[in-house]
Amino acid sequence: MGPRLARDLHPGAWWLWALGMAAAATRTTNPLLLVLIVAVVGVVVSARRSEAPWAKGFGAYVVFGLVVIALRVVFRMFLDGGDGAHVLFRLPEIPLPEAAAGIRLGGAVSLEGVLAAVYDGLRLATLVICLGSANVLANPKRLLKSMPSALYEVGSAVTVALSLAPQMVESGRRVMRARRLRGEPGRRLAWFHQVAIPVMADALDRSLMLAAAMDSRGYGRTAGATRAGRTLTATLMLSGLGGICVGTYGTLDTTTPRVIGLPMLVAGVALAVGGLAAGGRRVPRSRYRPDRWRREEIGVALCGLGVAVALGIVASVDPDALNPSLQPLSWPALPLVATVAVLLGALPSVIAPQPRLAAGAST
Amino acid sequence: MIHFDQVSVTYPGAATPALRDVDLNIPEGELCLVVGRTGAGKSTLLGCVNGLVPHFSGGDLRGRVRVDGRDTALHPPRDFADLVGVVGQDPLAGFVTDVVEDELAFGMEQLGVAPAVMRKRVEETLDLLGIAELRSRPLRTLSGGQQQRVAIGAVLAMHPKVLVLDEPTSALDPTAAEEVLAAITRLVHDLGVTAVVAEHRLERVAQYADLVIVLEDATAAAGDPATMLETSPIAPPIVELGRLAGWSPLPLSARDARRVAQPLRDRLAALSPASNPNCDGDVVVEGRGIVVRYGTTVAVRGIDVEIRSGEVVALMGRNGSGKSSLLWALQGSGPRDGGSVLVHSDPNAPLDPARLRPAEARHHVGLVPQTPADLLYLPTVVAECSQADSDAAAAAGTCRSVLDRLVAGIDDETHPRDLSEGQRLALVLAIQLSAAPRVVLLDEPTRGLDYPAKAALGSLLRDLAEAGKSVMVSTHDVEFVAACADRVVVMAEGEVVADGPTAEVVVASPAFAPQVAKVLAPQPWLTVATVRDALAELEP
Repeated sequence: MGPRLARDLHPGAWWLWALGMAAAATRTTNPLLLVLIVAVVGVVVSARRSEAPWAKGFGAYVVFGLVVIALRVVFRMFLDGGDGAHVLFRLPEIPLPEAAAGIRLGGAVSLEGVLAAVYDGLRLATLVICLGSANVLANPKRLLKSMPSALYEVGSAVTVALSLAPQMVESGRRVMRARRLRGEPGRRLAWFHQVAIPVMADALDRSLMLAAAMDSRGYGRTAGATRAGRTLTATLMLSGLGGICVGTYGTLDTTTPRVIGLPMLVAGVALAVGGLAAGGRRVPRSRYRPDRWRREEIGVALCGLGVAVALGIVASVDPDALNPSLQPLSWPALPLVATVAVLLGALPSVIAPQPRLAAGAST
Repeated sequence: MIHFDQVSVTYPGAATPALRDVDLNIPEGELCLVVGRTGAGKSTLLGCVNGLVPHFSGGDLRGRVRVDGRDTALHPPRDFADLVGVVGQDPLAGFVTDVVEDELAFGMEQLGVAPAVMRKRVEETLDLLGIAELRSRPLRTLSGGQQQRVAIGAVLAMHPKVLVLDEPTSALDPTAAEEVLAAITRLVHDLGVTAVVAEHRLERVAQYADLVIVLEDATAAAGDPATMLETSPIAPPIVELGRLAGWSPLPLSARDARRVAQPLRDRLAALSPASNPNCDGDVVVEGRGIVVRYGTTVAVRGIDVEIRSGEVVALMGRNGSGKSSLLWALQGSGPRDGGSVLVHSDPNAPLDPARLRPAEARHHVGLVPQTPADLLYLPTVVAECSQADSDAAAAAGTCRSVLDRLVAGIDDETHPRDLSEGQRLALVLAIQLSAAPRVVLLDEPTRGLDYPAKAALGSLLRDLAEAGKSVMVSTHDVEFVAACADRVVVMAEGEVVADGPTAEVVVASPAFAPQVAKVLAPQPWLTVATVRDALAELEP
């Protein structure tokens, strides 16, 4: 085997890995495990992120996670501080009318209550950080490019919309500056008028020019789509999506008959995939330098999915290990199997190739 | 290759057709130049070639347009993508992706070109246009010339037989324009591409054209460039000079003109151009050590600049050399990180415009920005004018009367967005002048203007200077500078590299010399007008 060359991993692989880690996090409230998951994600991100602009946001996701925890705790303190035995302090209680029985504002704040809020918040924060890490590791635009070709038009539209935002900011800034040249006439309402109208007019002009350019460059060519073909695609897609909806509901709601659950979901996915394939066949379009799915991609994706499956199994075999007891209070323990499984999630920091530093993309 | 058969186009709501009974036949491998005043129907003609008119623009097309045998009435523009490549005026507005390489591949992806072929063609295109080192650069960070070449490359990668370019060089500095034109001529000569180019800056393109289409009053006439330009309503300076001297056939390049210009040079040898009276007015704007920074990049590096009263100063330099930043810093609305600016509106009490409230600063220094439309937000011209009067505390009707002096006959109820570039510029200039500033700054006012509009702007700036105002105008247009500026300041990398009387600065560098100077060198003539005046004196 020759030397491993730096290349960008398929964005789908990073997303699968991150979703796996996130799924694992939903299975547990054990703070030690959750912190471990965050640490593992952090290690992978710091080892494999590139210099590109979108790769700089990990810190922001972590901060956002901390905010989630703080909010959770504050709300818990004011609304129903908990019935635990270990009362930390008492907030002034606001008496509520009879109709609002069961809701308490203020009052005693117990250690159990606060800890429950912290655990819960930590789980949410971990989810946010896992999904954030996917955004940091994978180029969002390349992910759009890897969509099935039947969804190509949607992908292009999203790409264009994404590039519109910075343009609006730019023209907004320009107009604000130009406004000073007229002496910033008028007040409040006039301000909106003077900035919004030139910016919107500018955006409209640009969209028309872009539409003309895309049209004359062949966007939306659909050579030879027969009526029957279109009907087939539409039928497959609609029934597939319906199946997915019913199936998801069935899997989540345990009271429904088993048939409506997993089998329905699988059938729905199969139909939708068939629809995408049928739709994609009539699109005479090709991909420039598509991201390919190779050994490393499979490895990274498997790591994430493996963690999710392992924690799922642990959760059904030994639920107490993943959800430490608060009544009575006890120290959370670090269950061996789950810990090893989560550590497995750090493997991509070695498996995945180094990213190509996006040269010149520093601005 | 391209056939127009009795083509008429009428836009909905328009009283007269935009094109009337156009018959054209553009053979394969020709560089065809479309010439005409603003609003003569150039864009409509170009749009017809790939069916954007009428499929995209709306309107009614009669007659028949066929490209390589394919009828535009029967196919939408996207079905012409493999045959006709279209590059718009503003390349940035037409970009779909955000990286050079992806942009080159976008069109081919639509056509379903095989990935291996696509990979090869992208590399070829990168080399053909000399943009290989830009391949992974974000499109927004490129310079204007680079963007224009990427836009051309993006359609070229589809191997079209016809290339349609709408004002490919109007926003570019002379050097970038040369790059783009060199690329276009190379495509025509080496690959046999048929190119249809509309351009206001004829002095740049006319010499390369094989065929000229002159549009006038919605009708078109085509023919050999020299013959067509003889009578065209729009002509580059070299053609004007040729008409004046009676050369036939008309030379279109400086080289051809020099060959036949010896008799003219002999006649002019004894004369010298009537020079503008030396500007020795008081210094009105005094900038010392001006520094403007954006993050770590320094846009203006400690520049000293003076503008005198009664003087028109041209500010030149390539895109990104700090011209706009300097103008904004002088006006006081833009950032200034160092140095001082003093405006001597009142000789006894110099002011720093940056310290004034915006509403006050504009009474001293007025600036017309690069996109004048940014200042307009009301639905009619008359509303904009009366708003301007009340903002400036001027008598009612001030703005409108200034506007009428600049461009007569704009309807009160017109929406400002529907005005032509020249009319819109005039409206914004009128709004700024209604505050009666001593100093008037204009940022790239000449882009998109045709020769008559540019001449009108030039004489207007001269009038302002005569009235004792100080004018500074940034532009790429050497011919415009030669015609109306007293002094030229050339900037590079945020520094002043030349500052002196127009005749000296402009003739000193070949890239900056106007066409007349190139033809009549070493004699110091810059414009056709000065030559005409001198000749008129010679034979009264």
